[in-house]
Amino acid sequence: MRVFFPFLSLLSVSSEQIEQLHRRFKQLSGDQPTIRKENFNNVPDLELNPIRSKIIRAFFDNRNLRKGPSGLADEIDFEDFLTIMSYFRPIDTTLGEEQVELSRKEKLRFLFHMYDSDSDGRITLEEYRNVVEELLSGNPHIEKESARSIADGAMMEAASVCVGQMEPDQVYEGITFEDFLKIWQGIDIETKMHVRFLNMETIALCH
Amino acid sequence: MMACGLGLLHLLLGQLCSQLLGTFGNTMQHHLDPQTDNGSWEPEETQDNDSVVSAHTLLFSLDYQHVQVPFEITLWIMLASLAKIGFHVYNKMPTVVPESCLLIFVGLIMGGLIYSLNDQSPPIMDSDIFFLYLLPPIVLEAGYFMPSRPFFENIGTILLYAVVGTMWNAFGIGLSLYGLCQVKYFNLQDVSLLHNLWFGSLIAAVDPVAVLSVFEEIHVNEKLHILVFGESLLNDAVTVVLYKLFKSFNEMPSIKLVDILAAMGKFFLVGIGGVFIGFLFGMFAAFTTRFTKTIRVIEPLFVFLYSYLSYLTAEMFHLSGIVAIITCAMSMKRYVEANISQKSHTTIKYFMKMWSSVSDTLIFIFLGVSTIGNNHEWNWPYICFTVFFCLIWRASGVLVLTFFVSKCHMNTVTRKDQFIIAYGGLRGAICFSLVFLLPEFSRKKLFIAATTVVILFTVFVQGMTIRPLVDLLDVTRRRETSPTVSEQILIRFFDHLLAGIEDISGHWGQYYWKDRLEYFNSRYLQKILLREYDQPKSSIVLLYEKLERKHAIELAEAGQLTHTPSSTSLLHSRQTTMPISSLAPDQDVMANIQEILTTNLYKIRRVAPTYNRYTLPGEMGAAEQVKEILIRRHKSLQLSLSPRDSDKSQKEKNIYSSFHGDSEIKAKRCQSLTTGNSIASSGVKYSRSKSECYITSLKENNVELVNEDETDCDQIL
Repeated sequence: MRVFFPFLSLLSVSSEQIEQLHRRFKQLSGDQPTIRKENFNNVPDLELNPIRSKIIRAFFDNRNLRKGPSGLADEIDFEDFLTIMSYFRPIDTTLGEEQVELSRKEKLRFLFHMYDSDSDGRITLEEYRNVVEELLSGNPHIEKESARSIADGAMMEAASVCVGQMEPDQVYEGITFEDFLKIWQGIDIETKMHVRFLNMETIALCH
Repeated sequence: MMACGLGLLHLLLGQLCSQLLGTFGNTMQHHLDPQTDNGSWEPEETQDNDSVVSAHTLLFSLDYQHVQVPFEITLWIMLASLAKIGFHVYNKMPTVVPESCLLIFVGLIMGGLIYSLNDQSPPIMDSDIFFLYLLPPIVLEAGYFMPSRPFFENIGTILLYAVVGTMWNAFGIGLSLYGLCQVKYFNLQDVSLLHNLWFGSLIAAVDPVAVLSVFEEIHVNEKLHILVFGESLLNDAVTVVLYKLFKSFNEMPSIKLVDILAAMGKFFLVGIGGVFIGFLFGMFAAFTTRFTKTIRVIEPLFVFLYSYLSYLTAEMFHLSGIVAIITCAMSMKRYVEANISQKSHTTIKYFMKMWSSVSDTLIFIFLGVSTIGNNHEWNWPYICFTVFFCLIWRASGVLVLTFFVSKCHMNTVTRKDQFIIAYGGLRGAICFSLVFLLPEFSRKKLFIAATTVVILFTVFVQGMTIRPLVDLLDVTRRRETSPTVSEQILIRFFDHLLAGIEDISGHWGQYYWKDRLEYFNSRYLQKILLREYDQPKSSIVLLYEKLERKHAIELAEAGQLTHTPSSTSLLHSRQTTMPISSLAPDQDVMANIQEILTTNLYKIRRVAPTYNRYTLPGEMGAAEQVKEILIRRHKSLQLSLSPRDSDKSQKEKNIYSSFHGDSEIKAKRCQSLTTGNSIASSGVKYSRSKSECYITSLKENNVELVNEDETDCDQIL
């Protein structure tokens, strides 16, 4: 197995973790070489997750898989699975400012793609509303209207951050990726967005 | 300093009274037992003299002894409070010299005065009084207002520092001092290994009171703050175990391996037992508040009673009282806040802050007072090296542990943060009380002297220099921005995302367990502990409503909403809202909002993102007024949301221009509305709904919002 994943040295994931993930992949796919969307139904705890559909979608998103600017893949193989997982590895702070900044951008781009479902590069009001509705969907007492107005409020804040004072007739098109970065500026996403077991030991994987 | 002087005067008066009245009839004196060195506040019962009964004593008589104890206690508290006023009147002082230093200084003055008046050592702070009365309020307040999210995110690191770090310090200092004692030159031969280790165990503990009072004022970033603070709270468990361990070793003739192993087991027992007791009492408290609907007045009492009981129970079983009370406060907070009324909530907050403030002040003053006296034996090498070793071992401990932390990828602590953690390891009154509890042996006074010097050094030197150091090193400071809805949404999104990824990857990580806990909570705990079990609101909704309310209040303050809609226009607007269903709220939603506001106002308490001793989380305005304002605003919006764009935009302009004159509030509009038919695919026109007819820029309006919000750190009670 170590032989046919030469690219993984770039991903900086250690070999035991790859084996662990491979086992998990096999479990999810039912020993098939690829996973489809339906296979994610095998994860029982995911049922309770309000943004389940978005998460699953993210695995198949071509932008995350680096296969294209938009669209969804039908199935993913283990390489793609690892590509997605690599978004969640911890950032090695010793690598230097630039690397850290790049990793942070990558992670935020992943998040951006989850919001921006129609791949037009902007988070529009509808998409934002969709996100908020999903987030609050677990709570039966929240009206759809409330969710909408919350999304509107958030959009407003984003607009104020990104564009500043707006003219009465100005139209705010949507949150672009640069705006998105601006919003998340103060929050240190890089230390939080990782799954702990993926650590940073880089081992020479190709022998 | 007049207030301070006044306080001093009061106390002097009290002392003078006791002096003078000795000649009158009843003699009394502060009784200091020279053997035990433990002074007490209660005077001993002295023999009664026969008082001379004469005519004038029937008209005017003085019975000081009768009220002496409460009188003097009140005078001390009065002194503490007046000192506090004095310090804050002179605003310059707290920035250079932390409050704790000033208080110790006042205590020193007081002690000196009492010493010169009485010609005896002033009363020492009784360890019982400290541990049973003065410490619990501070720790309770710390636990109740602890921001739980950062605490649990960093819990691994905190525990590592607290447990392993304290043990490292204790043994390191003890052993080094023992090594020092072996040097013949210093004449310290008779201090045994056990005594040194014992001393090490009590001097190693970082003190939460001192840390709080110093870190309060320097506003470092949240993670650093929670690391130091969490560590200072949780190391109590270790200190208790080590102290009691060495105490029992002292009394035992010989020490076997079994005893050492038993001690290790004891450590787990102390920590986990404390957590268990705290949790138990927390659940009881939550359950009790479920039934207090009809007697709201005593609701706050339950919070205090149960917490104090948990502390005392833990102390009774020789478990860690601090851990117990913190667990109690943290576990009950969520449910109690949902059950009690808004007023009770405010009462609880105010009382906690008040008590802890007074306690804190008293502790430092007593520390100063108790320093003066005959309790010290000076041995320069020992004392100097104690200070030295404390610093060295703390620094090395932090370095080593942080190395492990980053190796195991638990957390990332930068070099600067590490330095501040090491430097912020202040010792305080806990060490002081513990050293007085030592049994009498020949070198006890040496230990007392060393402890005093260490405490004074850390509080004065480290306390005063930490602020310039933080500025010099450019340590990341606290983010001073108000919370935004989008941030909250993102954080929530994030939580779910990570929980999902952990599920998919089959790894049971932090988010997985958090999720499980939430699930367990909503399925079982809430049903038992909450009075009205309707699903509590998501924090996103809570924050949103809170911000809504703020907007409404601002609107009212700007003098808006003067026009009352007539019934016909209401009717009209109701009809016109139909086609614009995506924009205007219909009456159902509004009624729902009203209902939400009335029934859930007490639920809307934003967890303070940062912990601050002196401020209370912002208080809600009058519920009715706000509701009214909100309704009116919605109605006014509905008015302006007529299908005719020009008319509406004109009305909008009117609304805005009328308060544009107010320079404070910068109103900003986001744009024209989409009418019913223009929701095209590229319909990226941002539609305006009821919530944003104007939005005050949250950043620019920082001052106003922050003042109402909990992140205001400069308001001092």
